Order: sequence, then structure tokens, then C-alpha cells
Amino acid sequence: MTERVRRRRGPLRLLGRRSAPRVPTATTSGSTRVQVTGVRVERAGRPVLDQVDLAIRAGELHALLGPNGAGKSTLLAAVSGDLPLAAGTVEVDGRPLAEWSAVELAMRRAVLTQSSALSFPFAVVEVVRMGRVPWAGRPEEAHDDAVVAETMRRCDVIRFAARPFPSLSGGEQARAALARVLAQQTGVLLLDEPTAALDLHHQELVMRIARDRADAGDAVVVVLHDLALAGAYADRITLLADGRVRAAGPPDAVLTAPLLSEVYRHDIEVVPHPDTRLPLVVPRRRGPARNVPLTEE
Amino acid sequence: MTATDTRPATGDTGDGRDRRRPVRRGPVLLAGLTAGLLLVALIAAGRGQVAVAPAEVLGSVLHRLGLDLGPRPAAPHGESALWLVRFPRVALAAVVGAALGCAGAVMQGVFGNPLAEPGIIGVSAGAAVGAALAIVTGVTVLGGWTVPAAAFAGGLATAWLVYLLARSGGRTEVVTLVLTGVAVNAVAGAAIGLLMFVADESGVQAIAFWNLGSLAQANWSAVSLAAPCLAVGLLATLADARRLDLLALGERSARHLGVDVERLRTRMIVVTALLGAAAVAFTGIISFVGLVVPHLVRMVAGPGHRLLLPASALGGAIVVIVADLAARTLVDYQELPLGVLSAIVGGPAFLWLLRRTRDRAGGWA
Repeated sequence: MTERVRRRRGPLRLLGRRSAPRVPTATTSGSTRVQVTGVRVERAGRPVLDQVDLAIRAGELHALLGPNGAGKSTLLAAVSGDLPLAAGTVEVDGRPLAEWSAVELAMRRAVLTQSSALSFPFAVVEVVRMGRVPWAGRPEEAHDDAVVAETMRRCDVIRFAARPFPSLSGGEQARAALARVLAQQTGVLLLDEPTAALDLHHQELVMRIARDRADAGDAVVVVLHDLALAGAYADRITLLADGRVRAAGPPDAVLTAPLLSEVYRHDIEVVPHPDTRLPLVVPRRRGPARNVPLTEE
Repeated sequence: MTATDTRPATGDTGDGRDRRRPVRRGPVLLAGLTAGLLLVALIAAGRGQVAVAPAEVLGSVLHRLGLDLGPRPAAPHGESALWLVRFPRVALAAVVGAALGCAGAVMQGVFGNPLAEPGIIGVSAGAAVGAALAIVTGVTVLGGWTVPAAAFAGGLATAWLVYLLARSGGRTEVVTLVLTGVAVNAVAGAAIGLLMFVADESGVQAIAFWNLGSLAQANWSAVSLAAPCLAVGLLATLADARRLDLLALGERSARHLGVDVERLRTRMIVVTALLGAAAVAFTGIISFVGLVVPHLVRMVAGPGHRLLLPASALGGAIVVIVADLAARTLVDYQELPLGVLSAIVGGPAFLWLLRRTRDRAGGWA
């Protein structure tokens, strides 16, 4: 989409030469970085997203929730500019996606996709360094080494820095991919299930990073399956079901037992943690699910 | 950068920047390969029916350059054998090898698949069809450039076709790629056979030469036509080296990092066809060089394209010079077809790579 609008005619367009990119300017906390309005996405003529509105604001951690097939990843892909829209608009910093070049978008938003496959065995540090490419040839390039080192430290991948990326485990690859996305240093972060392959410790670590980036003024979107994780870290939650927004608002308003039970088609309890009052979301189970000896040994 | 950029910056940035690995290994590897290339060229130029010692080869070159250094060839007709036969042949071998090595590396980057190669996926065969068509029809609209231009057109069309057929979801599965290559090579082979059927005797000979691959017809004018193609192709790929690295992340992620993927791959396919044509138009189909050489380089230098591309070009040049030396000296007064020789060595290497790739991917069914 992006390239189609700015495409030149004739053989010169292959050279891809264009005027200097518009670098992002200062944003204030709470301002809208990405505005999604009435978006509809179709696959094989069938809508997989319809009438979706979403505002992604600076300083906010925004969780996208919903059952499998609800359209969370599709929405993220549409916001990233990967999918054609059948209707509606996606605006980044007040302009439609198509008015930005690929580099200009790369300076504004970074995307963590679910798949972190790599065709060639680049070392982890080289993969993370790829996140710096949008800033090549600009003053920001001077920070490359520091940014790469810092993001690798934050994501706990510094131990693997020199190892080939494909030799890492799934969870380690996910963190290395996140480090690359963070190294891009964009004001908008779109993270598709960043905690999916991670153990409990690293799930918390990754959500802490996302939280810190939001607190530092970035606009962060995270697709999650763990509802309690969303309840603990997110400022806003958008709950998708069947390609539409079923509910949106602060965690208290969205994470309610009746609403979740309906959307997930499962009897769900939401109980506050005894100390922190953070919502704990648990499927209701009738007694022990398996046979547990009632007497102690 | 964003105004909210208050993240801690640790350590001094220095000027090691993003070229860490190439800086350490790059110059050493490139210098070593260049030295190897010169050495191999010196030896290859001296071997043959009129034997000239490497020192005399060097002396002859230095005298031509106006330096009165080193011995001149002692053998009768040594000087003319060098300058009329051997040097153009070695130079063309180097140009062709460099073009094939570089084309293989670029193609593997664009397809995101370590088994892509001009010979395997049919680009060489497509270029040969173009060249054969020009020969049979006797078209000479572009003078000496006619056959290379026809090879380029054939290679470009084939490369596009394979690209469109073999890709899905931003990557190319190995099975799809290889099977597409089988189909394309079959059709191209049939087209060449048909052209041989309608061609006269000299045409048949010329086309047979394309199928076997040989440097026997090397001369300075071929070198002067192939070298510019190589130079343009090499420079164009080096300019996109870093973007090719990003393609390893997949098309989506590369786009998220600011790469205009559609334009990049168009550019690279045109360049690959140019490099393939530079090789095929004068020597016929020499398979597997573009497959094996980048693979070996990757094992030493890692997959970064800024080093991979020039090193593959140098490595390809060395391989083809040595292969051609073997082709013309293994059997006395006979010349083995170079393409046959390269396939004898390259075919098993391809099988080995195929098995290794499958083991790593956990098999494909």
C-alpha cells in the first residue's frame, strides 16, 4: 500500500530515490499516535475485521484481547500497513499510512510479529542491530552501539549475543526479536503476543519493559492471551470478538466475569488479588479437575 | 527520534558502529581471496600446451605495463599464447565466476532460501534460450551486444517467472523452489532442443556449446562485454547489501524496518538476470558455482551481505579459473566441457546441502 502511492513511473523508480524522510517530531503524553477508524479487512471476500475503531495514545499501554480468531493479529497487521483495508482508515501521526514512506513509518512504529523465523544464521547481536537500520545515515546512528547493548540487556539476551539466532530456543528467539524491535526506538510499539513462548519470569520481564516504554511516553499495543497479565499492566483494553470491538476501556470496565464468560464461551471468574487488588482471571472449574488425594501422606 | 527518548545510553558509542563483524573478518578474508585469485590466475595462465612458468607470466604482464622487471616467457610463441589465448580466457573465467558467485548470493538473499541459484532455478537455462534464439534467428540489431542482450532478456523473464511461481507468504519453501526449477529447466531444455532442431549445423554446434558450458571461445571482446555487466551488477548489489540482510527477517519485518520490499526485489532480480546473462552469454551454463561458493563463504564470514557479496564474487572467480584449468589440462589435447565438470562436483554438493537443510528444518513431506 505504502509504496503504491509513492511509486514513480519509469525505470527511475527502481532506484528508489526520494527526498529526505520526515523525521518524527516531539509528541506529548496522551496525544493520539495511531487512529484506526471504521476499519474493515476482508479475506476471500469474508470480513475478518469490521467497524473497528482504535486510538493508540502516547504514554498508554493498550492491550488487545480476544479469543482465537477474533482478529487481534489482523488488526495489528492492518495498523502496520501489511494488509489492504476494505474500508476505514489508519492514520499515524495524523496522516494516512499511504502518505508515509516505508522508512518514515519505520521511524515511527516498530512491529513484533508472531513468527521470528530467520532465513540465514545471523548472530543475535546482528539481528538486534537490524533494528537500527531506519536510522542509518542520520545523527541517531551515533547511538547504535549503546542502544543495541541496552536493549539486549533489558531483554536478557546478552548471554547469547554472539550465538546464531536459529540456535536459540523459542523463548530466547522471542526475546531477541523483541530486542530488535526495541532497538528501533520508535514512539509506537506494536507487539503481537510477545509473551507467548516465554516462561513466567520472562513474561513479567517483557510486560515490565512494555510498561516502562509506555511510562516513558511511548504508545504501546500488546496482543495478549493472559487476561491477568493485561489486567496487571495495561492502561486500556480493547476486547475483540468475531472481528469487532466487543468492549473497550480501562481494565476494570472490560475484565468483568459476565463479559469475559460470554466472549470466551467459558465460565470465567474475576477475583481481586487479596493484597494488590489486581484482577485475577480464572476459568471456573467444578472442584479439582483431576483426582487429588484428599488425605495427606 | 521521539521526544520521549530518555532511555539510558550505556557506554561510549565509539566508531565501531554496525560494521563489527565485517571489520574484523572482512578485510582479512577479502585480501586473502584477492591474493588467492591473483595466484590462481598466474598459475592458470601459464599452464597448457605452451607451458610458461608463473614468474615468466608475471614478467610478461609487468613488461606490458612498462616495467622492465622479471623474466619474459622463454617458450617459442609464449608471449602470443599468453596475450591472445590464455589471458582473455583466465580473465573471462574470473568475470564469469565472479558474476555467478555474486548472482547466487543475491538470489539466495532475495528468495530467503540458501538453495536458490541461477542454474538450479532455471535462470541460466532461460538465458541460454534467449542466446540460442538470437543465434538461430541471426538477429544482430545490437551488434556484439545482441547475444548478451538476448541472454539477459531470457534470464530476466525466467527469474520473474520462477519468483512468481515459487513464493508464498514472503518466503520460498525449498521443495517449491526446487520443483519449480525442475519444471523451468525442463521447458527451457525443450526450447533449446527445438531451436537445435530448426538450426543449421553451425547453429547446432553453437547451441550445444551453451548446454555444456565452456570457456574455449574466450577472447578480449567477450571480456570487454561481460566485465561491464559484472561491474554494474556488483555495485548495484553492494548498494543494497544491508537491505538484503533485512530480508532474512521475512518480507513483513523487512518492510517494518523501512525496506521498500517490492522495489528491492525487482531491482535484485534485474541485477541477477544481468549477472546471469554476463556469465551465460559467453560461456553457456555453468551450474552450482552460485550455490556452493556463497555457502562456503557464509560458513567463514557469516551471512551479512556486505561481506558475502564481494567474497562470493572473488570466490566464484577462483573456482571457475581452477575448474577451467582442470577442464583443459586433465586430458592431454582434449578439453572437457566446463559445465560438465562443475556439475560433477556441484551436483553432490547440492545433494549434501539439500540433506543438511532438510535435517535442520526437521524434514519436509
